[in-house]
Amino acid sequence: MQVRRHRITWWERLYLPAVVHALGITLRHIFRRKITMQYPEERWNFPDYFRGFPGLVRDQFGRSKCVACYLCEWVCPPKAIHIEAEELPAGDKVEKQPRVFEINMLRCINCGYCEEVCPEQAIFMTRQFEFVAPTRGELIFGKERLLEMGGVRQDPILKWEGK
Amino acid sequence: MSRDELIRQGRLEASDEEEARRSFFTSRLEALVNWGRKNSLWPMPLGTACCAIELMATVGPRYDLARFGAEALRFSPRQCDVMIVAGTITKKMAPVARRIYEQMPNPKWVIAMGACASSGGMFRSYPTVQGVDEIIPVDLYVPGCPPRPEALILAIMELQKRIERERVAVS
Repeated sequence: MQVRRHRITWWERLYLPAVVHALGITLRHIFRRKITMQYPEERWNFPDYFRGFPGLVRDQFGRSKCVACYLCEWVCPPKAIHIEAEELPAGDKVEKQPRVFEINMLRCINCGYCEEVCPEQAIFMTRQFEFVAPTRGELIFGKERLLEMGGVRQDPILKWEGK
Repeated sequence: MSRDELIRQGRLEASDEEEARRSFFTSRLEALVNWGRKNSLWPMPLGTACCAIELMATVGPRYDLARFGAEALRFSPRQCDVMIVAGTITKKMAPVARRIYEQMPNPKWVIAMGACASSGGMFRSYPTVQGVDEIIPVDLYVPGCPPRPEALILAIMELQKRIERERVAVS
């Protein structure tokens, strides 16, 4: 295909008209509404469906709701979750709890499958998403850190109380 | 010649010293150099996947990375200070990424942005480099898939803090 090259005219070759036109655009924007968000001071108000990173929750009695069923580990697409279960002493209503519950935040893709699959409603997507670390190890969050992220969630069903 | 010796010889008076303390402001050259470096970070956008879209949003008017002096994205590594690896680095891309890093003049820093660049993310497979730190030294990792612009700005701010503390090599 033959490409027709546009020969620039002497008016275009001056470049000054183009510069003036561009400065006009800049001038127009000076008087417009300012849209820049002053980030560290000002934050966006996230909608309810916003998914940050997952965190474990406690019920109103302070018990971690996770029973180490491994469903979230199984469903996690990037395999970011690592669980090691331990048996609770006899007499407790629940049989199992996680001894180790780690989420590698660098692997996590915020998909929310873990929250969706959890039969105990023990893992939830939190609103927290700003983490920065100089090493990869610092971004593998353990059980304590995850429980701290998730906080307390009121449980109206109390599935294990009647047992 | 020590201060006491100068006073003994009459070449320096105690009042002179007091005067000098009031009229001069001294600092380390290092502080000035670091101040200059941290406020003019020019990023090298190694955008290979969707994280690059978030990177563009960060530089755009809403989040405006220019507030931190880092708006001048340069596509020539020779002009860059900080490499933002935004996206999946495949085994085929790895030598290119390494070469771009080597072409950047010192001092240089690297931010691994997003799951893929930091750890391979969900691509646990043979063609993907499992974390860009396998080929280049990384200063900061930003999790997220992709990280929101806020998280990247936080990383830039953290990097600025680290640059402030850095020792400029004097030889």
